[in-house]
Amino acid sequence: MLEFLQQMINGLSLGAIYALIALGYTMVYGIIKLINFAHGDIMMVGAYVGFFSITLLGTDIVVAMLAAMIFCAILGVIMEKVAYRPLRNSTRIAALITAIGLSLFLEYITVVILGPTQKVFPASAFPVKAYNIAGLSILNKQVFVFVSAVLLMVILQYIIKRTKTGKAMRAVSLDREAAVLMGISVDRTISITFAIGSALAAAAGVMIGVYYQTINPLMGIIPGLKAFVAAVLGGIGLVPGAMVGGFVMGLLETLVMGYGNSLYRDAVAFGVLIIILLIRPTGLFGKNTGEKV
Amino acid sequence: MQEKSKSWLQFLLEVIVLVLLFTLVQYALSAGLVNQSYQITLTSMCINVILAVSLNLINGFTGQLSLGHAGFMAIGAYVSVIITNFMDLPFIAGILGGCLAAGIAGFVVGVPTLRLKGDYLAIATLAFGEIIRVVLQNIDYVNGPAGIMGITKLTTWPWLYWAAIFTILIIVNLMNSSYGRAIVSIREDEVASELMGINTTRYKVLAFVIGAMFAGLAGVLYAHYFYIIRPETFNFLKSFDMLVMVVLGGLGSTTGAIIAAVFITFLTLALQKYAAMRMVIYALTLIIVMIYRPQGLMGNKELSRKTFSGIWGGRK
Repeated sequence: MLEFLQQMINGLSLGAIYALIALGYTMVYGIIKLINFAHGDIMMVGAYVGFFSITLLGTDIVVAMLAAMIFCAILGVIMEKVAYRPLRNSTRIAALITAIGLSLFLEYITVVILGPTQKVFPASAFPVKAYNIAGLSILNKQVFVFVSAVLLMVILQYIIKRTKTGKAMRAVSLDREAAVLMGISVDRTISITFAIGSALAAAAGVMIGVYYQTINPLMGIIPGLKAFVAAVLGGIGLVPGAMVGGFVMGLLETLVMGYGNSLYRDAVAFGVLIIILLIRPTGLFGKNTGEKV
Repeated sequence: MQEKSKSWLQFLLEVIVLVLLFTLVQYALSAGLVNQSYQITLTSMCINVILAVSLNLINGFTGQLSLGHAGFMAIGAYVSVIITNFMDLPFIAGILGGCLAAGIAGFVVGVPTLRLKGDYLAIATLAFGEIIRVVLQNIDYVNGPAGIMGITKLTTWPWLYWAAIFTILIIVNLMNSSYGRAIVSIREDEVASELMGINTTRYKVLAFVIGAMFAGLAGVLYAHYFYIIRPETFNFLKSFDMLVMVVLGGLGSTTGAIIAAVFITFLTLALQKYAAMRMVIYALTLIIVMIYRPQGLMGNKELSRKTFSGIWGGRK
């Protein structure tokens, strides 16, 4: 039982990271019906910005995270303007291939500029301490990841539910044409969605840096795919679904690693994806909508 | 009557050109005029042509975006190596076994996933491709992540050349048949073609299985030329490589796929020392082609005798 609870604690912080990335997938999908393949790589860029902010500028972890979020928000907006906007009225396949292209571009331009070797996240930026509570070992970095992720999600919920921008985002995702007629600037709303989603991914990137201590140019691929699975699990396009999906994926993965074969940890995520897609493609919280001709 | 004899003559001409090309390269090879690096390029070229043409059947003609092609290639490679190297059976048994295994895998993957559409299908096939790789990494019989080394070199120029020609022939003829028209109708409008009485699932699975079989063939040829196969070779970046060829050549153009496969092979050779830069160029190619020419360089047009007779103002 103690072992199980320990795994749960490890899973919760990993799940919080997945949830943050999944939120970006789900928001972008909700608004322009596109799987933003490059989302995991934005997370990678965020991790690198955080890394350089700490090593070159000597900032602390919170400032590094904010810097990464701002940088990636701008990057996300530029990406959308340059690559996705010209394709808004073309086929879904064209948009998807562009997304794959952007993902490869971010990965390998980082390799070209910074080299393929991994970088070690400075331990001094976040000295690790372990607390012992009732026989369970909790690391301060786990608390940090969990608390800041939940805080960001609360802020996101506030933006979506209580602000005018959030209302505009919900309106555009519900019915784009009607939103235009109501005087909402669709372009601006989509840009803001990309900015918020990318900022959340950047925060997750810095968290992964703190959590696993190493970063490399291809680190975004696997967490990106897993976060996508999380988004589909919760019902893609639904914000609460992405949060729940992220936590479920994190817990599942730590349980497989703790009790099963750790070599299969990546296969489990893909297996889950295939099962959901076949049994309930709309996800746990999705509503089934018929196909319109 | 005259029409018939003319088309018969043209067929003969095509066969002569193909055989001539084959003997020319065969002569150059046996006379030692082609160095090691060009031999490898020649091999990759044939393998890439098979991969691009077969993936184009799924992505281009059927309009179902598959990102798991490398997985089927892996199955073909592994099964054939088990047949030829572990069981000491002849190469042809390896080829047939590899293709059959990849085809069965294509069926198993295709039947459930082809119900999905567009981006969901892309992700599901990507997931299947990765699962195949992870499973191979965990099978001790094929040495897990280390892979199989010291595979006997059985792939020769005749095998490569005629395998590529065979692939092209089968797929071109398939697309010219009523099956082909049904497959294209699914790409154009799935709901409409279903209303016209076409069993869309059946044709989608058919295209998927044929594509997977030829990916298996490419895997067999690959394994028996390069001595070594590892699960890591067949990861999803390999699938993306194939996607670049199909997209560049034109989704739905066999000649486009062939030209792109040849071009990409030479690009890979030229940028061998700059592997990362090559990927950046691929990535930019994908983005720029999609923005400015989403139908690919060739669109769905084919390069054929007609094109040339148009240019040269040939007799009609």
